[in-house]
Amino acid sequence: MAMIHGPAAHTAARSGLFNCHGCSLLVRRPSAAGQMPVRCPRCGTRLHRRKPNSIARTWALLIAAMILYIPANLFPVTITTYLGSTQPDTIMSGVIFFMQTDSWGIALIIFVASIVVPIAKLIVLIGLLVSVQRRSHWRPEERTRLYRITELVGRWSMLDVFVVTVLVALVRLGYLTTIEAGSGVVYFAAVVVITMIAAMTFDPRLIWDALEKNDESPAH
Amino acid sequence: MTQTLIACHECDLIHRVQPLPENSKARCRRCGALLYAHFPKTIEWSLALAITGLVLLVIANIYPFLSLESQGTVLETTLITGTIILSEQSMAGVAILVLLTSMLIPCILLGALVYVLWPMKLGHRLPANRRAFRLALNLRPWSMTEIFLLGILVSVVKLAKLATIIPGTALFSFLGLVLVLASINTFLAPQTIWEKMDEWR
Repeated sequence: MAMIHGPAAHTAARSGLFNCHGCSLLVRRPSAAGQMPVRCPRCGTRLHRRKPNSIARTWALLIAAMILYIPANLFPVTITTYLGSTQPDTIMSGVIFFMQTDSWGIALIIFVASIVVPIAKLIVLIGLLVSVQRRSHWRPEERTRLYRITELVGRWSMLDVFVVTVLVALVRLGYLTTIEAGSGVVYFAAVVVITMIAAMTFDPRLIWDALEKNDESPAH
Repeated sequence: MTQTLIACHECDLIHRVQPLPENSKARCRRCGALLYAHFPKTIEWSLALAITGLVLLVIANIYPFLSLESQGTVLETTLITGTIILSEQSMAGVAILVLLTSMLIPCILLGALVYVLWPMKLGHRLPANRRAFRLALNLRPWSMTEIFLLGILVSVVKLAKLATIIPGTALFSFLGLVLVLASINTFLAPQTIWEKMDEWR
């Protein structure tokens, strides 16, 4: 393995190149630093040295997700009516239901997808943002891997939204039992989508920029 | 024109593009991110899979998806039932999200791939094919059929004591669609296809 902490790693940004995010074409950066957006000649994606305002945008999305995560857990995601009596269920009480009925595997899947993954994702992304802002040199390889896993796993939190959809479709009026969707699912779906966008907005290359001495200020 | 240099998307390190053995992938030597892959038959495989996926998606929408049998009566649902019921319960936003991630986005993704790859196989190209290919690549994380399938499994376990759930033809078709989309993620080598597009410049 080559020297990874070298002060002058051979990066696209240092070589005056844009790395197209759409098709990986390397495009020479125009010398005149005009305000005109440059587009990739091959696929048409807007070119940036780094994702624009990555840190500020990711923070904003994460704060929004944290706020929405509270009603997502407090409000019911399903409301079950059985012979006139109604029972609201939150995400957590859904997990407990599966534990009580000895479906430990399913309880674990929902617990991981709906509670562990969203919280871990928020913590990891906040940690990465703080480490980048403090220009940390700590284990860049591991931090990049952590980011990659976060981006990959985050979508699985949509599981609970789909469970509610299928339950609502299968258990309807006209039978003894009906299941209705509760408002919690709206907030929860918003949390999943917003954290997915937050992970996409974060630029992992910022982790590596901090390792370079005399790094030019990230203009774009 | 073949691209000789490529930069890692996750740490920006520049690598020289080297010929790879068949069916292998190149990873960044600094951070381990995927750089490019070499599948000699990527166009043929991805095209065949995308067409299969579209057929399966049509079948999944025509036939009954899941049926619920309780107290001697059978309630039949289709793939879109959940979306309809959610929108009736004034959950339009969630209904649209479910419709997009489980059906519309996979459909657009597969359609865009067919639009780009079929003419490419025949040696033609259609207008806006680059835009279509970019769209297909960007939509990949938002196609969530596999998560929907897991959601069905969880719901069936939840309802197992309440009623009998009968899987319909559409469910098996949907399972096929999940496998097709996963295979496309494996066999699609975007770099090869972008370079093929460059040959027409």
